[in-house]
Amino acid sequence: MSTLTKITATETKIFLRSPFMAIAGVLLPSVLLLAIGAIPGMTEPSEKTGGYRFIDAWVPSLVVISLAMLALQSIPAAVAAYREQGVLRRLATTPVHPANLLVAQLVIHVVVALAGIALLLGLANAVYDVPLPKHALMFVVTLLLGLVSTFSLGLITASVAGTAKSANGLAMVTFVPIMFFGGVYLPRPLLPPVLQRIGDYVPPGSQPLQDTWVGTGVQPLQLVALAAFAVLGTALAARLFRWE
Amino acid sequence: MPLIEVTDLRKQYGNRVAVDGVSFTVERGEIFGILGTNGAGKTTTVECLQGLRRADGGTISVLGLDPAADHTELTRRVGVQLQESQLPAKLRVREALELFASFYPQPADIDVLLDQLDLRDHARSYFGKLSGGQKQRVSIALALVGQPELAILDELTTGLDPHARRETWQLVEGVRAAGVTVLLVTHFMDEAERLCDRVAIFDAGRVVATGTPTELRAAAGASTLDDAFVSLTRSAR
Repeated sequence: MSTLTKITATETKIFLRSPFMAIAGVLLPSVLLLAIGAIPGMTEPSEKTGGYRFIDAWVPSLVVISLAMLALQSIPAAVAAYREQGVLRRLATTPVHPANLLVAQLVIHVVVALAGIALLLGLANAVYDVPLPKHALMFVVTLLLGLVSTFSLGLITASVAGTAKSANGLAMVTFVPIMFFGGVYLPRPLLPPVLQRIGDYVPPGSQPLQDTWVGTGVQPLQLVALAAFAVLGTALAARLFRWE
Repeated sequence: MPLIEVTDLRKQYGNRVAVDGVSFTVERGEIFGILGTNGAGKTTTVECLQGLRRADGGTISVLGLDPAADHTELTRRVGVQLQESQLPAKLRVREALELFASFYPQPADIDVLLDQLDLRDHARSYFGKLSGGQKQRVSIALALVGQPELAILDELTTGLDPHARRETWQLVEGVRAAGVTVLLVTHFMDEAERLCDRVAIFDAGRVVATGTPTELRAAAGASTLDDAFVSLTRSAR
């Protein structure tokens, strides 16, 4: 077994032993979907959204919740705790580079995020007849870009937070805007146009996700914006990163 | 050839000089003590030896290697116990040992190590549930799991009760008996007196004295190493 595999296996065990994040990451979007679906009128077509049902508009936003929680809160807290406890420094005295630990954490969180999203899509389709993404391939590409760009924002927080506590505070700087622009607090069609436009270009890419979903065709510039967030975010995180 | 040879080591952080021309040597098979108060430059010196920090000046040779250039090779042959380093609370003792064992080309037998460090009964315990002494024993086990030629132990018994301290001292003597050279960083004089063949006393980034505990006592005209330490570090101020 390679060292990275071994570290990832061990980290997965530790992650699952405090299962709040795993459970929340996988189940929360689906639970919220069922809660929203239970509100009268949410599953009826509405004039305000151009004939769409509110529930259809909510589904991409629920993708945002899962991603934002895992990428912007869970990862920074985990990495900052390892920094605070001296785990990263301890690893630096072994033949294994501590970056392996970061990769393992990323792998675990990405898997949980994908599981949560898959469950959400399946449930939305089965219970509320929300159609599955029409442009499946482009949806996956967009989702991966959104995922990577959001996680890179989380890595910036993880790079600078000295303690798990300060990570939680710092995480809000990215968490709140991402949730807001992603239409979690208010459905995006109800946001003022300027904020909607900004939301089109920031991670995790609610608009391109929705476009590939309903099959209207995605705006390439929005994908470029996500890729730019991913590249710049990762570069900044790498530059700011401290092992101790 | 000495196992560790440090010549005129210098390191500063901004304007603050942490290590100001430190030299000492450690022979194979010794327990060598680095003594000093907090901020004397002990930890910085040891971090330079491990290749965790780059020195501003001077030369370092550890096992014939340059720690800054040969970091990876060095980590395979040097075991480290860090001051105040924790493991994840929900990691079991055996899992921690197995994980660290997988990092090294020739790891120790984990069952033997668990027995040696009296951790057999706690192999399935979570690290977060262990007592201070047990955590420290795990930390030593992790330092030894790669079968190192040199073990660097930093503030080994800080926070331990007197019984746990004495048990830990016996462990260190056992480690040396197994042929491992030990570099012990401490500010406890009784610990240094009991364990160390030779010590270097650090004060304000410099080595103010090197020798056996007996030599240092005699040189300072003191009856204990504690008195000798106070007299040697005060005169340097």
